[in-house]
Amino acid sequence: MFKFHYRLERSALGLVGFIILVASIGGFIEIAPLFTIDETVEEAQDMRVYTPLEVAGRNIYIREGCYACHSQMIRTLRDEVDRYGPYSLAVESQYDHPQLWGSKRTGPDLARLGNKYSDAWHTAHLYNPRDLVPQSKMPAYRWLLRDQLRTDDLGQHLAALRAVGVPYTDEQIANATQDAYGQANPDSLEASGVTERYGEATNIRSFDGQRGRLTDMDALVAYLQMLGALTDAAHTTETAEAE
Amino acid sequence: MALKERDEFSGQMTTGHEWNGIKELNTPVPRLLWAFLATLSLFAIGWTVLMPSWPGVNDYFRGLLGADQHQAVRQSLAEADVAKASWSERLATEDFATLAGDDAIMTVVRQTGPALFGDNCAGCHGYDAGGNPGYPNIAEAPMMWGGDVETVAETIRVGINSNHPETRYGQMLAFGRDQMLASAEISALADYLVSLQGQKSLSAEETESAKTLFADNCAGCHGEDGTGMVETGAPNLTDAFWTYGADRSTIRHSIYDGRQGTMPSWEGRLSSTQIRLLALYVMDLRGATP
Repeated sequence: MFKFHYRLERSALGLVGFIILVASIGGFIEIAPLFTIDETVEEAQDMRVYTPLEVAGRNIYIREGCYACHSQMIRTLRDEVDRYGPYSLAVESQYDHPQLWGSKRTGPDLARLGNKYSDAWHTAHLYNPRDLVPQSKMPAYRWLLRDQLRTDDLGQHLAALRAVGVPYTDEQIANATQDAYGQANPDSLEASGVTERYGEATNIRSFDGQRGRLTDMDALVAYLQMLGALTDAAHTTETAEAE
Repeated sequence: MALKERDEFSGQMTTGHEWNGIKELNTPVPRLLWAFLATLSLFAIGWTVLMPSWPGVNDYFRGLLGADQHQAVRQSLAEADVAKASWSERLATEDFATLAGDDAIMTVVRQTGPALFGDNCAGCHGYDAGGNPGYPNIAEAPMMWGGDVETVAETIRVGINSNHPETRYGQMLAFGRDQMLASAEISALADYLVSLQGQKSLSAEETESAKTLFADNCAGCHGEDGTGMVETGAPNLTDAFWTYGADRSTIRHSIYDGRQGTMPSWEGRLSSTQIRLLALYVMDLRGATP
């Protein structure tokens, strides 16, 4: 082997060829698991997509850096399952681009936060966490309640997500702006379209408690209130595997 | 190309190259480094054989040890259930009076309760259960939907104004916004409620007219004497506990704009044993024996 290397060193083209060969083995081993990813990610028939308002909320979650202190990944450990609920499955992040699993928990995990607290609680807590939890060190996000949500580009956000594999329909993309408004205004004409396009289980409420206004707070609370509710797979997998 | 030769100074062989009289030593790689690389490579091969590793066409190689994180966590959860069985079965099945009278059970409740309460209830009600603006004090104040332990457990299960099909439903109407009362009437009622707390004194005439307004608009839910009704979840307005605040402007705002607080349903998120444990824990905090 050493003799072979000794000879190889003395042939420039041969050496380059072998470097490419060896490096591509490393690359192949990293990439190969992705060829069969469909076989390793669980199937969830009930998987739904994010509504435009939830996509906007998710973008705000990323913009404000929530992922730096909150994870969205319940690991397969007893104390995590005891505290947060069923452990996270790969399929739950199927439509997440990028995924927001996070790697640090200054605050608690948020993977199963949806419907754990009321909308009013989330709004008050984001406005000033210490109003509700005196020990909290989370920053106050007051501007969320003030700033009007930008909705004119939501169709393009959905189109971009469709380009990477999220199954949005043309109709959903075309109606993204009005669906975002309708989801936060249950009494409006636009609200019925949201149910029609995204299903009965969609939360349609005035998330920030301000009637008629669509704020960043509406979007972020709508997103937080459906965390863990894209599919029931994690709950059903746990019972199915236990049997 | 010059011939390979031994360097006189270091005793090592040279590579055989020569550039303007300069030669290069061909020092071998230390044996220790080879040994290190070989050991690591062997370990890596062994690990891929023992643990889940290579992807296949329809599946992946599961490894000879059969390690599976899902299975491991289910096993540790099952072990935990066994460890808890001595009290969790009793909590799930026996009636509250027996449980509350049992020191062994109540020790568990007092040890386990704070963690469960802290993870799930403290966000709104506070770690001491003393409440926050908009979220009632459940350590001392009368329970709006009934203060016996069965009712508390049921409230935790279905929630208030939640998305549970059996949820408790309560709403304070928006008397001002929906134009059921005039602004002056709302002020009169707010003054009256503040006066009940002794913070303000009203003339006999003012009190009489406010009492009439109260009987016509508020008594249906809050009771003739304003002490609240568990059937409607309407709070007692004559005591010192105020969910949203006891000052006149907050009370006026409540009457004008209405209130409809939400308590989520905990069925599904918590097991029935955990809900019963929490009900016992809250009753214990209140110093009450069911």
